[in-house]
Amino acid sequence: MKNAFMLLALGVFLLLSYGLYQGLVAAPTEATMGNVQRIFYYHLPSAILAFLCFTVNFLASVTYLMKRNARADALAVTTAEVGVVFCTVVLVTGPLWARPVWGIWWTWDARLTSTLLLWLIYVSYLMLRRFASGGQAPVLSSALAIFGFVDVGFVYMANRWFRTQHPQPVLFGAEGSGLDPSMRPALIWNLVAFTAYAALLVWIRYRMERARQELEQAHALAALAGGGR
Amino acid sequence: MNFLYLAYGATWAIHIAYLVVLTSRAARLKKEVDDLKKD
Amino acid sequence: MSLLSVTRSSLAKDLRLEWRSKDALNAMLFFALLVVVIFSFSFEPSAEESRRIAGGLVWVAFLFAAVVALNQTWARELRNQVLDAYRVSPAPADALFLSKVLGNFLFVAVLELLMTPLFSVFFDLRALGATWQLLPVALFGTWALVVNGTFFAAVSLRTRSREIMLPLLLFPISVPALIAMVRATTLILTGEDSAFLPLVFLAVYDIVFTTVCLLLFETVLHAE
Repeated sequence: MKNAFMLLALGVFLLLSYGLYQGLVAAPTEATMGNVQRIFYYHLPSAILAFLCFTVNFLASVTYLMKRNARADALAVTTAEVGVVFCTVVLVTGPLWARPVWGIWWTWDARLTSTLLLWLIYVSYLMLRRFASGGQAPVLSSALAIFGFVDVGFVYMANRWFRTQHPQPVLFGAEGSGLDPSMRPALIWNLVAFTAYAALLVWIRYRMERARQELEQAHALAALAGGGR
Repeated sequence: MNFLYLAYGATWAIHIAYLVVLTSRAARLKKEVDDLKKD
Repeated sequence: MSLLSVTRSSLAKDLRLEWRSKDALNAMLFFALLVVVIFSFSFEPSAEESRRIAGGLVWVAFLFAAVVALNQTWARELRNQVLDAYRVSPAPADALFLSKVLGNFLFVAVLELLMTPLFSVFFDLRALGATWQLLPVALFGTWALVVNGTFFAAVSLRTRSREIMLPLLLFPISVPALIAMVRATTLILTGEDSAFLPLVFLAVYDIVFTTVCLLLFETVLHAE
């Protein structure tokens, strides 16, 4: 098990290094934005993975509420946490890209605002898990996860319809679709590398959460046995 | 150009910070498990 | 026991209790008053400017004040294990939830009725659009805040430091409703455009989140 893990970690490290090489060296420099456009190779995969994590979190939360399965709950915590990490990356790299290209750090357009709100909701999810007392945490946070998932659609529409007085960022059409074919390898390699990295994180964190659940159970059993004496 | 390195650096700073947190939490968990086994 | 009769008797009990003590209402009113005063110290807008920003100020003040009342909602039921009694009773959980939502709705509505004149005096407000449209905005907006607020008050009740937890959970979820309320109010005050779209948005938000709350409330009530 330990060896398999080390091998996997090494593989992920190699993939990430190759992704870095692809993004910084192999990919051509973009004509209008210049080298800054290379942030894209980190920004988009992180965004995709954050959304993927939050979707898994929603599905795991629903599963937990229906089946009361401890594994589903462990998966929900794990994906929420890893999702927040990737979402943080998106929110940090985004402004660093926007500043030299649009001239502003931030604009309240639908996509940016929804991402920020997504981050806020899942941070509040993690806080709830931390503050809820023992056995109630899974149920309460599953309920919050469902609220959060429903909310995101509303945030997106609310921003599109009601906050349009702000300048709309001019992005090259829909992201990805206007991408030059010569840039595709860098994007795909980084996507693969970060997906592998995210999977590794999820795996580690999931095993830790399972261990914590077992520990909690053992403590409860010990307390019961001690109480009987 | 500087923004590019800043963004890549920030990405890895975030990921490494998370890995550090995970490692310390794993160590604490392992210690708790060991304590329980001793009893 | 039917949904309606349990809702009615539970609501009547809450209103009677509140009428006797007026704890939540007094605290909420004074809190909202302070927010209004602090806002008017912080900004010194002309009548034209205040039309643009008042929508935001009013709703933020009401949101903050509502949290004061929402935090009291379930705390009262914790004393003497009333909530545990609810859990084992055959009364439908939905009825309990609805009565709490209606109670909070009434409290916040009273607050808004008393505070709106004060706001318009302090900020020199006069709507250029159709003033009567503020009524549906207030109804739908208040419902949006109160229905989620009551639900998350029940959630935060089960946590350590529950008074802090409620706004942390409620505010992110309420953002889209808040955007629509502020937009509708600003449109009515400035008379720039019809407030129809944000109103429809609020109505849909209300329906969707009331459904989600009712679906999940029983689970949360029985969470062990």
